[in-house]
Amino acid sequence: MDDTRAIHFTLNGKAEECDAPVRFHLGDLLREKFGLTGTHLGCEHGVCGACTVLVDGEAVRSCLMLGVQVDGCEVVTVEGLADPDSRLHPLQQAFAEKHGLQCGYCTPGMLMSLAAFLAENRDPSEDDIRDAISGNICRCTGYQPIVEAALLAAQRMRNASEG
Amino acid sequence: MKSAGFVYHQPSSVDELLGLLAAHEDNRILAGGQSLMPMMNMRFVQPEHLIDANRVDGLNYIREESNWLRIGAMTRQKTLMQSDAVTRHCPLMRVALQHVGHFQTRNRGTIGGSLCHLDPAAELPLISLLYDASLTVRSAAETRTISASEWPLAYMLPAIGPDEALIEIALPVGADWTHQGFFELARRRGDFAIASAAVLLSISDGIIRKAAVALGAVTQTPCRLTDVEALLVGQRADAQTIAAATAQAAKIEAFSDAYYSAQYRQRMAGVAVERALNAALGAPDHG
Repeated sequence: MDDTRAIHFTLNGKAEECDAPVRFHLGDLLREKFGLTGTHLGCEHGVCGACTVLVDGEAVRSCLMLGVQVDGCEVVTVEGLADPDSRLHPLQQAFAEKHGLQCGYCTPGMLMSLAAFLAENRDPSEDDIRDAISGNICRCTGYQPIVEAALLAAQRMRNASEG
Repeated sequence: MKSAGFVYHQPSSVDELLGLLAAHEDNRILAGGQSLMPMMNMRFVQPEHLIDANRVDGLNYIREESNWLRIGAMTRQKTLMQSDAVTRHCPLMRVALQHVGHFQTRNRGTIGGSLCHLDPAAELPLISLLYDASLTVRSAAETRTISASEWPLAYMLPAIGPDEALIEIALPVGADWTHQGFFELARRRGDFAIASAAVLLSISDGIIRKAAVALGAVTQTPCRLTDVEALLVGQRADAQTIAAATAQAAKIEAFSDAYYSAQYRQRMAGVAVERALNAALGAPDHG
């Protein structure tokens, strides 16, 4: 029952390998085997969205995938969102400026959901943003500053790609 | 909130998958995992053998044929949403998919997983029932097809054996539906439906010639409202007919749960059918 599988995958741009216990979900694997505790585990049944990470560019709930399933995949966590030179991602910068977080528990999931969403939706409306974060629960902010931060980040990302 | 232990299998072909199902009775197939993983994390289910279908070749496709739109069971909900063929042949599936969880869960969730999980509030079983889908299941020994109407046996219990896997969902194309509408009532975006309804109509000269009406989340399994369909056929497509259909739909015996009473669900069944019909006929809601 304590079965493990050898897996190889790319984690925040770096090739990694490990013996993954098969019953670890991806969130457990990232936190326990790689010490990447930026991925927060809230509900562990797919409701809160705090554990959202990118697998092959798609936002997924890391509590609803097994760690062994990322064999051969490219995984990005909140630790991989900023530039290698530590310059914040436009979303992170906008969250800081607009007070898009208070306790910070939901923040990694919000950031990763929005990073994936903005990659496919360059010019979202406020309603689009609210739809995109409808699967991420925040108990502190009332969502308004998160929506404002996301709209600001989207605008800056558009400006940067045009300029 | 951690899954119990299990033996993990990762087959790469359908035959290998079916062989594992035949060899291990206490099994579960892991499709997109958006329902099974929560159930395992909460230990509602503790399969001895978990058979991961995500690397099985040949279960992820959308194929247009002359009479059928064929969808592989492991096709992800996001893929269905982006498919022109789905939008062209089954426009209501595209509409309903917007209500399936959130974009993060649609990235993983599959059509086959949703049909096998068979939550009464789930949208894809409702749509399969509405369009009279034909489902292909296989075991190591045989292949059989089941109509969507025979698929739900009871609450969250599809007509599939422990040694069988759902392989394909085929939707008939070329039916002359002229109008379609969908409505879902849920507490929040992406939440489980409290009541949902989907309607297909074929209208000529202002008269409804053919009707399909499906209701979700109100009874233990999604169902077709054949009495409402019978009432619609032959009538003028007008407000009076919608009112009669709404009244008939609101007679259904609904189930209750910890959140919503049977009486409330029953009323909402009428509202859902009314709004789906209004959406189909392009009429404004007055509710």
